[in-house]
Amino acid sequence: MTHKMEETFGGYILHNVPFPTELDEAALASLKRMAPILIEQPYAITYLHSFGQDSPFFAGLTNGRFLANRDPETGYTYATPRGHDMYTGNETEWVELPAEGKIHAFTVCHFGSEEFLPDCPFILGQIEMPGADTLFLARLIGLDPHEASLDWIGMKVNGRFRRLSKMKPTDIYFYPA
Amino acid sequence: MRTVYAVAGGVSKFAKARPDKTFPALVKEAYDYALDDIGLTHPQFFELVDGSVASYFSDHFARQLMAGIMVQDYLGLTPKPSHRVEGGGATGGICFQEAWKAVASGYMDVCLAYGFETMSHVATWKGNEFIALASDVSFDYPVGGFYSGYYAMMVTRHMKEFGTTPEQMAHVSVKNHRNAYANPYAQKRQKLTIEDVRNAPMVAWPLTRLDICVMSDGAAATILCSEEGLAKLEAAGAVIPRPLVKVPGIGRGTDAMRMADRPHQSFDDFLKYNLLPSEDTADTRAYYKHLWDKGFRYPGVHSFRAGRMGSKEAYQNAGIHDPLHEIDFVELHDAYTSSEIQTYEDMGLCRYGEGGPFAASGKAFMPGVEYGLELPDEPICPVNPSGGLIACGHPVGATGLMQAVFAIWQLQGAIGKHFGDTTLQVPDAKRGAIHSHAGTGTYVTVSVLERDA
Repeated sequence: MTHKMEETFGGYILHNVPFPTELDEAALASLKRMAPILIEQPYAITYLHSFGQDSPFFAGLTNGRFLANRDPETGYTYATPRGHDMYTGNETEWVELPAEGKIHAFTVCHFGSEEFLPDCPFILGQIEMPGADTLFLARLIGLDPHEASLDWIGMKVNGRFRRLSKMKPTDIYFYPA
Repeated sequence: MRTVYAVAGGVSKFAKARPDKTFPALVKEAYDYALDDIGLTHPQFFELVDGSVASYFSDHFARQLMAGIMVQDYLGLTPKPSHRVEGGGATGGICFQEAWKAVASGYMDVCLAYGFETMSHVATWKGNEFIALASDVSFDYPVGGFYSGYYAMMVTRHMKEFGTTPEQMAHVSVKNHRNAYANPYAQKRQKLTIEDVRNAPMVAWPLTRLDICVMSDGAAATILCSEEGLAKLEAAGAVIPRPLVKVPGIGRGTDAMRMADRPHQSFDDFLKYNLLPSEDTADTRAYYKHLWDKGFRYPGVHSFRAGRMGSKEAYQNAGIHDPLHEIDFVELHDAYTSSEIQTYEDMGLCRYGEGGPFAASGKAFMPGVEYGLELPDEPICPVNPSGGLIACGHPVGATGLMQAVFAIWQLQGAIGKHFGDTTLQVPDAKRGAIHSHAGTGTYVTVSVLERDA
């Protein structure tokens, strides 16, 4: 239970800041004791973000397929797309992985960044996917966020694709198998 | 490389908000403190300083591009050379090391490192969003970008692998808040219990609000110089205490931006690339072999390979073989109680997997401070005697430099002078390490400072 109201922006529009009526020597010196003026500066921008070489991954999610990248020489497979292998420097190729795995690590976010506050509490998980050497970060559902337990680690999970894709990695999410 | 001396530093008061000053004026506060400490005026120092390095993390928080030059300008250091560095949470540590390089290489005799962050300019949860933009915006941020969530995931794996407990993490919170009680620069000076920490609002399971550092406005500055620079400063009237403080070694490591991409190395690769010399014993090799036999892989998401590599390099350069017993204190990047525990292991204060028991052992606590805890062991190497990020605050671009300033004061035996209280003076401190950490362990710097023989 908190006893503090959240501080929010959105104050009054202010006209006419208190200021000495006469700028004599004493008044000028008193300005050093003046409290700072704070103003709100709204800032909003829309970026045109390209997924670049990773774009097929998002196209795959939209079509119910989980694509991963594999080094053609070593077979090292990245569950999260990566255009070039970090060990050989080779360009990777696309392979399909089954949308399933095990929970490797997790948390329940009871707070979040401003964009995700409405989702709280939500569960984040790093997923071990069969055939992949690296993990995949995803949202988990179907677990009680108020009953977090280390026993969740190792739990088998299945992926489900959003029917209406958002062109985000959250177009796939996982739930207990 | 030439010997580099760290002769002075200054820190502004860290606070949730410092609307009383603009960011250049905040840096000026720290800069003036450093100059005043050695008894030089700005015009005297200006004649001798060869240049500077500026540190701030986020253009988003500043909402001002080219903020570095605005500080350089306000301090009156134009037209001397300068540049800004940026490396997430490690920005301050990188700044310190870039200034070190400028002096060690012979490029400069006197170099000023300064940094700041003004995080109060946006609401807390928007600030968390800005920080989360320091994760991959294609794959990590959109899933629920929140650094506390990332660190909580890492520690659930640490708990699963090693049996680390939230109560062990809470020991770090109690220690650091209690240490800060005697540090007037700290933002949060509190006497807490384990129960206070665990009963605080849950932020990202298992991390509560008291396991996590807060956002701050603040600035810090340090002055580094060569032997020649030292002579010039003293010829101009600077009073620099003896024994001098030098910086015998620095190290830096990196790792994959996305923690999901971190390798899960074999035992042999770990031995080849990541084992510290202090761990190269039959007993510790057998201990690690046992971990691998149980399925442990390195670094995974539970360990910071960048921190290990930065430590390894710094120790090699500074001639440190047994970090726990050859370093008298560490100021490390405890953005989370869990990451302090992970960092004990990376820095070789204990072995991988032993960070939890180490946190609750007492070995990293200050001697002579009453914590209200049952601690089985005596202090050996106090960690975050200042209170660390958790209690001092984390104005990102200033943080790594703040650690440097506190380390300089520790080694000068001058904590009492600067804090007005000797409680946090590590007795007979001869050598300290500072550790600055970015992202989920992407850039990590480790720098060793020591008293000149």
